[in-house]
Amino acid sequence: MFNKIHDNIFRALNSDFLYSFKHSPVAIVSFIVALTLVLGAVLAPFYAPHNPFDPATLNLMNGFSAPMKPNQFTGEVFLLGTDDQGRDVFSTILYGMRISLFVGFAAVTFAMVLGVSLGLIAGYVGGWLDALMMRIADVQLTFPGILVAMLIFGIAKGFTPIDQRDQMAIWVLIIAIGLSEWVQVARVVRGATLVEKNKEYVQAARLNGRRSGGILIGHILPNVLGSVLVIATISLALAIIAEATLSFLGVGAPPTKPSLGTLIRIGQGYLFSGEWWILLFPAVTLLALALSVNLLGDWLRDALNPKLK
Amino acid sequence: MLAFAIRRMFQSIIVLLVVGLVAFSMFNFVGDPVDSMLGQERTDADVERVRIQLGLDQPFPVQYYKFLQGAVKGDFGISYRQGRPVSQIIAERLPATLELAFVSAVLAIIFGVALGIFTAIRRNGWAANTIMSLSLIGVSLPTFLIGILLIYIFAVELGWLSSFGRGDVVDLGWWRTGFLTKSGLLAIILPAITLGLYQMTLIMRIVRAEMLEVLRTDYIKFARARGLSKRAVNFGHALKNTMVPVITVTGMQIGSIIAFAIITETVFQWPGVGLLFINAIRFVDIPIMAAYLMLISVMFVSINLIVDLLYFAIDPRLRLDKTKG
Amino acid sequence: MSEILLKIKDLIVEFPTRRGLLRAVDKVSFEISKGEVLGIVGESGAGKSLTGAAIIGLLEPPGRIGGGEIIFDGQRIDNLSDEEMRSLRGKRIAMIFQDPLTSLNPLYRIGEQLIETIQTHLSMDNKQARTRAIELLDEVGIPAPETRIDAYPHQFSGGMRQRVVIALALAGEPDLIIADEPTTALDVSVQAQIISLLKSLCKERGTAIMLITHDMGVIAETADRMAVMYSGQIAEIGKTYDLIRNPKHPYSVGLMSSIPAIKGDVKRLVQIPGSMPRLNNIPKGCSFNPRCEKVFEPCYVKRSPLIEVGNSSVACWLYDEEYKRVKAK
Repeated sequence: MFNKIHDNIFRALNSDFLYSFKHSPVAIVSFIVALTLVLGAVLAPFYAPHNPFDPATLNLMNGFSAPMKPNQFTGEVFLLGTDDQGRDVFSTILYGMRISLFVGFAAVTFAMVLGVSLGLIAGYVGGWLDALMMRIADVQLTFPGILVAMLIFGIAKGFTPIDQRDQMAIWVLIIAIGLSEWVQVARVVRGATLVEKNKEYVQAARLNGRRSGGILIGHILPNVLGSVLVIATISLALAIIAEATLSFLGVGAPPTKPSLGTLIRIGQGYLFSGEWWILLFPAVTLLALALSVNLLGDWLRDALNPKLK
Repeated sequence: MLAFAIRRMFQSIIVLLVVGLVAFSMFNFVGDPVDSMLGQERTDADVERVRIQLGLDQPFPVQYYKFLQGAVKGDFGISYRQGRPVSQIIAERLPATLELAFVSAVLAIIFGVALGIFTAIRRNGWAANTIMSLSLIGVSLPTFLIGILLIYIFAVELGWLSSFGRGDVVDLGWWRTGFLTKSGLLAIILPAITLGLYQMTLIMRIVRAEMLEVLRTDYIKFARARGLSKRAVNFGHALKNTMVPVITVTGMQIGSIIAFAIITETVFQWPGVGLLFINAIRFVDIPIMAAYLMLISVMFVSINLIVDLLYFAIDPRLRLDKTKG
Repeated sequence: MSEILLKIKDLIVEFPTRRGLLRAVDKVSFEISKGEVLGIVGESGAGKSLTGAAIIGLLEPPGRIGGGEIIFDGQRIDNLSDEEMRSLRGKRIAMIFQDPLTSLNPLYRIGEQLIETIQTHLSMDNKQARTRAIELLDEVGIPAPETRIDAYPHQFSGGMRQRVVIALALAGEPDLIIADEPTTALDVSVQAQIISLLKSLCKERGTAIMLITHDMGVIAETADRMAVMYSGQIAEIGKTYDLIRNPKHPYSVGLMSSIPAIKGDVKRLVQIPGSMPRLNNIPKGCSFNPRCEKVFEPCYVKRSPLIEVGNSSVACWLYDEEYKRVKAK
């Protein structure tokens, strides 16, 4: 199996792939921007000027400092200014991005695991199981993903005891977004499985007496990895936007653990009073993140799998 | 065609029943409705009385049946948070959402189709390329950021348009409209653009892709070889053939508009059902969530049904199937 | 010889690609007289269809005319504006495509498509145009044209649809019809009917036909003259009878011997070894040289011009007087 995956990765990284990357300025710029943001977020604890989750480091007197200007009371200077509670905007963005990215990656991983396994099973086993899963998928697809995510969030919130709602919010968010995105993955994987399972090599493996599980993982899975990678990248952009949207609407990350969406929600309140930096910087960060991942996904789709277009 | 329509209707009913089951399960299993109704101080007798009053002592299928019966009549019980009948609350707020969705859909369709045709016909011109690049950014932009950007430009900086609410409304008895006052019309501009922009880009991209596809077909080549004018080829032949897939997508987009109205309504504090729904989620107001879910499902399903039936009006090949059964 | 209707001189069709210009049609010259049927044969990719598309001004971008002249009825047409070209299309030059199933717009009744075409080219009111449309359908052999005119394309069989397509091509009363593989997509039993219909209708009207096909049988039956194309160039052109009986270019010889003869001695069908070179890989000299049995030195150096041999013209050094003498030694 690993040989097979290795082969696939090797094939994917062959000269065509690199050639296409080197000759796509959009892909290069997107990659650099996305990588910078992800690294910036992951490494935040090592270099962020403040820890916005630690109330001890906050000084309310620092509130509403403009970017690069000394605060009128304390004289401290903040790169991107501070918010109403005196939190350093630069640091809240870095930590907010950690939450946004964590939710995004976790939700996509959840959606991929669920979608790939259900898709493989539905495609390989067929019959009523397949029919049932696809009907569920159809019903879910009738509704936009964000609405499904909101609904799941609302229901899950109802199940959570009131005093734990804030702590659980992040996990609920991951489940809600993941569940709203599994359908696309399952459909593609199922389609690919249906094609692969009738090919000679799978028939041969079956005649050789290999077990279904072995065939699924050893033969069919490696062949659908390319498509899954493309969907995963595009789903990541969608998940980041979905998380930001839900948090912006106040049904996502709690104010105590603000993601980029929560920060924008807070910032919107100061739109009319002139503290533009509280809104602008998180918004620009979200935009750069969503756009770069999205463009990267688009490019990946064209480069890896022209058939998906 | 009749057989097809009946089959589609049957499928729609199944979707509604499934959604109904979800909504019903929310009522029964999420939180404890008895808790929600009674609050902290209560006796066992109270609990029992409310259980019987809510029908919770009856078997599951009977409860589901009663729920559906109520749903058909528009009876979704009483909002946990506002203490008023859900149907009444929704009826008050629905006109705001429908007016917003209507204006956005009209904007999205008109500009989406027009720009789609333009970018397909002038596919290598600089204007078309610029529009296409912008649309790519537009698709990646979260709706709420577009809304905030528009508020910043037109409400904060320029001060031309209002950034929240519906403006003055006129009460027609059963419908409160913002279309009849100047402030109402001004108030709908920004939310409608925000809501319609994403759908417009999608419609534009689909129209463009379909149009390019159709322009490559043999019958378009043949139409050109017959010496028909560009106008006749592009608008007479190509556009009509483009319309079939475009109608599907547009139909589904109209459904999305109603769903995405949730976001726009929150940004602009537009007093519609979307804002109601978001607040219901925040405060776990299950009856409102369930009612909203049913309402939007009925809308989605009917839109899909209408879209399917519209095909017949456009494509004669489908009409033929009626003779084949 | 009768009056010349279409004259092509050194026509080049090229495609700009990332790796430079590709020539798909390379200096092709021929003429078509009024009312004449010229057949063009060759393998797919030989440049037949592109030549046709270039004449009627419907090359798909990025393809373009890279040189040469197209003169129609005394007027140069390869440099006309879109609008001027459009007024020629359908009215003076019509085109029929390979697949009748996809040539008609499925969403319009055939009557609507006919009337639209008639009214584009002839000044007729709706009623006259409809009468004319019914006449045309009758002429192409559609039964009960008065009622069938209101049918949609999918309600016709393939052969019937190709008849409708022919009616559409004739609607503007053109002088030349370019028929690009008009029967390839049809059942064998229908092919002959369509070809003879096309031929007789054009004969009645004095309409010339440029018949593009890879079906030698169709050419033999229909064409007055024929041209053999190979990788974008004309290998041989002449009277159909001469060319079939007595092909001169080694490629034509191979092509003719690959036709099964109904009468006569039963020989094995001969295949030409190899395949036509790809556009980005055309050999130096004569492009047929890798597959040619009679290849000799000059073939590797330069491509031969068309040399007149009897009634035909052949692009082959074998017929060059000087090389003949050299070889004879």
